[in-house]
Amino acid sequence: MTQEPSDAAAPAPPPHPVPDDPVLAGLAGEFPAVAFTIFAPCPGPAQDIAHVPADDYPVFVAAVRRAGYDVFVDLCGVDYLQRRPRFEVVVTLLSHAMRRRLRIRVGVAGADPVVASITDLFPGANFYERETFDLFGIRFLGHPDLTRILLPDDWEGHPLRKDYSVGSVPVQFKGAHQAS
Amino acid sequence: MSDTPNVVTGDLEAPSVAAPPETGSLSAAPDTADARRRLHDVWVAGTEEPERVYRATDEGAQELLPEIQEPALATQRGVLVSDDYVTEDTADEDERQIINMGPQHPSTHGVLRLQLELEGETIRRVKPIIGYLHTGMEKTAETLTWLQGPTNVTRMDYLSPFHNELAFSLAVEQLLGVEIPPRAQAIRVLMTELNRVASHLLFLATQGMDIGAVSMMIYGWREREVCLQFFEKVTGLRMNHNYIRPGGVAADLPDGWEDDIEALLEVIPAGVAEYQELLDENPIFIDRTQGVGVITPEECKAFGVTGPTARASGVDWDLRKVFPYSGIERYEFDVPLGRYGDVLDRYKVRVREVHESLRIVRQALETMPSGDYRTDDRKVTPPPRKRIDESMEALIHHFKIFTEGFKVPDGEAYQAVESPRGELGVYIVSTGGAKPWRVHVRGPSFAHVQALPVMMTDSLVADVIATLASTDPVLGDVDR
Repeated sequence: MTQEPSDAAAPAPPPHPVPDDPVLAGLAGEFPAVAFTIFAPCPGPAQDIAHVPADDYPVFVAAVRRAGYDVFVDLCGVDYLQRRPRFEVVVTLLSHAMRRRLRIRVGVAGADPVVASITDLFPGANFYERETFDLFGIRFLGHPDLTRILLPDDWEGHPLRKDYSVGSVPVQFKGAHQAS
Repeated sequence: MSDTPNVVTGDLEAPSVAAPPETGSLSAAPDTADARRRLHDVWVAGTEEPERVYRATDEGAQELLPEIQEPALATQRGVLVSDDYVTEDTADEDERQIINMGPQHPSTHGVLRLQLELEGETIRRVKPIIGYLHTGMEKTAETLTWLQGPTNVTRMDYLSPFHNELAFSLAVEQLLGVEIPPRAQAIRVLMTELNRVASHLLFLATQGMDIGAVSMMIYGWREREVCLQFFEKVTGLRMNHNYIRPGGVAADLPDGWEDDIEALLEVIPAGVAEYQELLDENPIFIDRTQGVGVITPEECKAFGVTGPTARASGVDWDLRKVFPYSGIERYEFDVPLGRYGDVLDRYKVRVREVHESLRIVRQALETMPSGDYRTDDRKVTPPPRKRIDESMEALIHHFKIFTEGFKVPDGEAYQAVESPRGELGVYIVSTGGAKPWRVHVRGPSFAHVQALPVMMTDSLVADVIATLASTDPVLGDVDR
């Protein structure tokens, strides 16, 4: 059966479930495209996770910082290789006042890995974004000094990508004839 | 050759091997740069082509930022640095010079290079250059099984190996969902707190040595040796133990460990009292440390500075209290805080933390539960040797664990522990296999090295070493 026209006029349900926490619920209202999940392991603390589209990312981080998550903890990249988008930038923020962490996961396309920099919000992200650029080749737009940090400047490739071989030490005399 | 444009192209035409002077040029006045260079047959500063000077000193990522870009970062901090000696900026731009401290300077605690722009004795800009110890350990971690993982992470922050192993193991246990028996948890607390004591004793030794109290180095290492001997007795190794593993610990505590701990609890407070006698009221020590290398609580938060360095600034944040792990909430201890955030406060906070950690060790000694030292989940823990002879299932489990390794369910987990330096976080991604898909280690030293410019800018060059030592960086943790 087709739906009644009155149903179609009703406001669409939010695309993602609204989190219980009032701060996160406020952020969810402000950013409908952001999905909030909670990872609650059996031993260990529950972890709030926000899946953020790349377009919303810098604005969302600014809103999160205003909401009280004012401590920069971590930023790293992950290469999922088969998944689309291929890369993910994972930011961990902390609120001392609320005693909560928030993990922000941003998908980054594999073809042209570019995402906005958050160094203007958290200067501590500077080295972490350089490391992610160095090891994954993800470029951070607006970063003041996006250069390699751990590897030499003339290094080719980005080693933590999954299509970058770990390499091996050549085995000597491998092709030698066996003594009979 | 004659139609080649007159440009210097790299090392082929090094000034020291310049062509022999033409006839008569020596007698002529050395008015041109070229002639002057030939006259001295050495590279005279200021006579090089501007372009060449730039290329010779510029190493890309190892270049100081143009100054116009640095104040932008400073204003983003949202706070003004008020702790600095020199506030007027009257000196000429030409009076500045760039010098390198490191990478093999003895007080850089490894191989760290600091590029300092000096104006007289005042540091105007600092750029930490890292990566000299980078060995791709996060890439290596993707080729090791979950059981082999601790062998890798334990080598990152080599002064607090137990904390690395603990963070990794707790993150894996989050995804596995295994419960750790109480005795294993207590052993983990005992070993990590003793590790904190050992690490802080090394800090006291090197901090004293770096600012001239060389006898401190011998004293600090003397007491640390007691801890390392206990570690060796328990784990078989002095460092890089691979003792804390997913599912528990590798072996039970040896017979007579209580006596060792009792002896240790006697020796170390006496030793620390000796250091305090040496340093606490020493006017030279206080002059070198008071008001030096200040970082404010706001700057700590913006730069991810954690641990004793942040607590010395008055940031009341200890992960053992806020997000307790491994049953540490059952132990009684205080979190010492500083007030001024200078080098002296960082020293005092760490001295107090040694005593607090010893309090935890004493409680662990008195309340050590009996029971198993690892989980009895046979998918994670290898079966006892005796069972392998009796049970086919035990044999299969043993074989699977040591050939393929156990599998960890799909998911992502972040676990942070309070290491002696600050928040040590491990972010692991599993895709359900026997090896991790991604292991990222958030080392506290990485954030601290990044924050060094905040502490050092506009202070004096002699304070660089005191400030650097006070953040207690471990370069193995920075570069991984």
